[in-house]
Amino acid sequence: MAGKTLYDKLWETHVVREESDGTCLLYIDRHLMHEVTSPQAFEGLRLAHRKAWRNTSIVAVPDHNTPTNHWDRDIEDPVSKAQVDTLDANIKEFGALVYFPFKHENQGIIHVIAPENGATLPGMTVVCGDSHTATHGAFAALAHGIGTSEVEHVLATQTLVQKKSKSMQIKIEGQLGAGVTAKDVALAIIGKIGTAGGTGYCIEFAGSAIKGLSMEGRMTVCNLAIEAGARAGIIAADETTVAYLKGRPHAPKGADWDNAVEYWKTLHSDADAQFDTVIEMKAESIEPQVTWGTSPEQVLAVGGKVPNPANEADPVKRAGVERALQYMGLQADMPITDIQIDKVFIGSCTNSRIEDLRAAAVVAKGKKVAGNVKLALVVPGSGIVKRQAEAEGLDKIFTEAGFEWREPGCSMCLAMNADRLSPGERCASTSNRNFEGRQGPGGRTHLVSPAMAAAAAIAGHFVDVRTQQ
Amino acid sequence: MKAFTQLNGLVCPLDRANVDTDAIIPKQFLKSIKRSGFGPYLFDEWRYTNYGEPGMDCTDRPLNKDFVLNQPRYQGAQVLLARDNFGCGSSREHAPWAIEDYGFRVIIAPSFADIFFSNCYKNAVLPIVASAEVVDRLFKECEATEGYKLDVNLAEQTVTTPTGFSFKFDITEHRKHCMLNGLDDIGLTLAHADEIKAFEEKHKATQPWLFA
Repeated sequence: MAGKTLYDKLWETHVVREESDGTCLLYIDRHLMHEVTSPQAFEGLRLAHRKAWRNTSIVAVPDHNTPTNHWDRDIEDPVSKAQVDTLDANIKEFGALVYFPFKHENQGIIHVIAPENGATLPGMTVVCGDSHTATHGAFAALAHGIGTSEVEHVLATQTLVQKKSKSMQIKIEGQLGAGVTAKDVALAIIGKIGTAGGTGYCIEFAGSAIKGLSMEGRMTVCNLAIEAGARAGIIAADETTVAYLKGRPHAPKGADWDNAVEYWKTLHSDADAQFDTVIEMKAESIEPQVTWGTSPEQVLAVGGKVPNPANEADPVKRAGVERALQYMGLQADMPITDIQIDKVFIGSCTNSRIEDLRAAAVVAKGKKVAGNVKLALVVPGSGIVKRQAEAEGLDKIFTEAGFEWREPGCSMCLAMNADRLSPGERCASTSNRNFEGRQGPGGRTHLVSPAMAAAAAIAGHFVDVRTQQ
Repeated sequence: MKAFTQLNGLVCPLDRANVDTDAIIPKQFLKSIKRSGFGPYLFDEWRYTNYGEPGMDCTDRPLNKDFVLNQPRYQGAQVLLARDNFGCGSSREHAPWAIEDYGFRVIIAPSFADIFFSNCYKNAVLPIVASAEVVDRLFKECEATEGYKLDVNLAEQTVTTPTGFSFKFDITEHRKHCMLNGLDDIGLTLAHADEIKAFEEKHKATQPWLFA
């Protein structure tokens, strides 16, 4: 019999019951929440006179609507404020293990605060009404984004109705070049398999290049699994995982810690495990990436040229390229490095952790943001990240270079707060989606790594960060 | 949840791949704490030429005449015909809420994004996966035939065109049962509450740190 994949192990240890058609009830260990996708779920519970099954599974924080400056003015948009107040009231009524309200010193993006507080642990099932829940798979946890009806279902039953996905292994062997980051790895994968390449799969990222990443880097890779279509991305637990978790507030303590670490050592795919699909890439072949279109799969190495729709045989794809070029205001065949930018956003659940800010600061140090760049924002992922960065003097590096140093939150990744692009504005962004209107109606988003975003801010256009260091 | 059994509905063709949930319902409408009222803002940035805000009365907003949903022949459509990877991106259930509130009950595409796909079933919207060839055929027939309707039968798992061409689609028994009877999952799951409790005790004994 073939060995088990990590996904098999995580799945099998959480199946409460299985129906004859393969539909399973999967037990959920950790329920993450933010203000946007939870109010209707709590309302549903209330209407049915139900309680939360296990409120100590809940970790919650408002992050999408919260402003990143002028906290003294509170939340000025009354609709945003009502949503944040609703989360406050719901947590007060139903309870939670961890809740950081707006302005709490540890508040931040849910996918940043759960790991940094040790609330995401290997072997867990993790859900959140947010597609970037895939992030937590970096800890060998099975982490799914879910809809609001499912949020209500998990609140009421501590389970999720699921069928097992197929398994895919993406194996990246070798050493990443200088200036090539986890973000570039993830974008290169999406460029290769497409935004639907992982649909119906749980993707395990493996190989020496993945093992060589920090936990921050692994979170970036798993975060973007959803942009490849996979509801979950996972990475085996190892000594890097254990070292990251040791001493975090909600990580196990004492004998529990020792027992947990022993168990976590088993959370990897067996050597003879079989995957439904295996994809291999060489780390050395990956270059800094820049998206040019309106889907994360429309991505190129920074040395590339914007595609020409005339070269696309498939009519639906050709129309897609034409539409993307028109929306993005780009000419076919122009070099990526000729694209001038108006704004820069360094932040989001993809790239707002301390390592991301350090990488951007290295590039920005002693330089100035180019004159054509109207706004360059740095938005740390949490209060903890912010304080750490300030202790290291990164905030000074950014502000002296002309970046704005903001308070934590989701910010301009999806522009639910005041941070957004105006129509036609072009942004170098470390976030995760370059969809039409994502960062503001008519806004044009190019996804890049933090180092590439900082380099673009300084140059005023995209530039190969490897030539700047 | 409303039950879904059978439908003979007008088809609206949306000829674009990778339609994301940000396009289906833009972020500003996610600030609502209600489940209803999203229909007027479905595809807001494509449908209107001005910027939509939550709570806005849409009756006098300037329409983008080129957008398919605004064409007179597709008014009252209940079946949305789409391309690959429909519903990709954000997990927002506001997307199927908007689709259902607008009046669509069925979406046919060659593929759907996973989270959107499961969100549809929770909201009495039936997502049907058909082969790329079949979807191409439906697009051609729909564009050529004003008043083009499809007959969708969930019990039989069939879709039939006006000329009598018919194809079968897949759905899990669990989802079919829930949709046919208008059941939501929570009540069904709570019937197994004792099993969940027993699992939880066992799980707690083996990994107590998960419950600390």
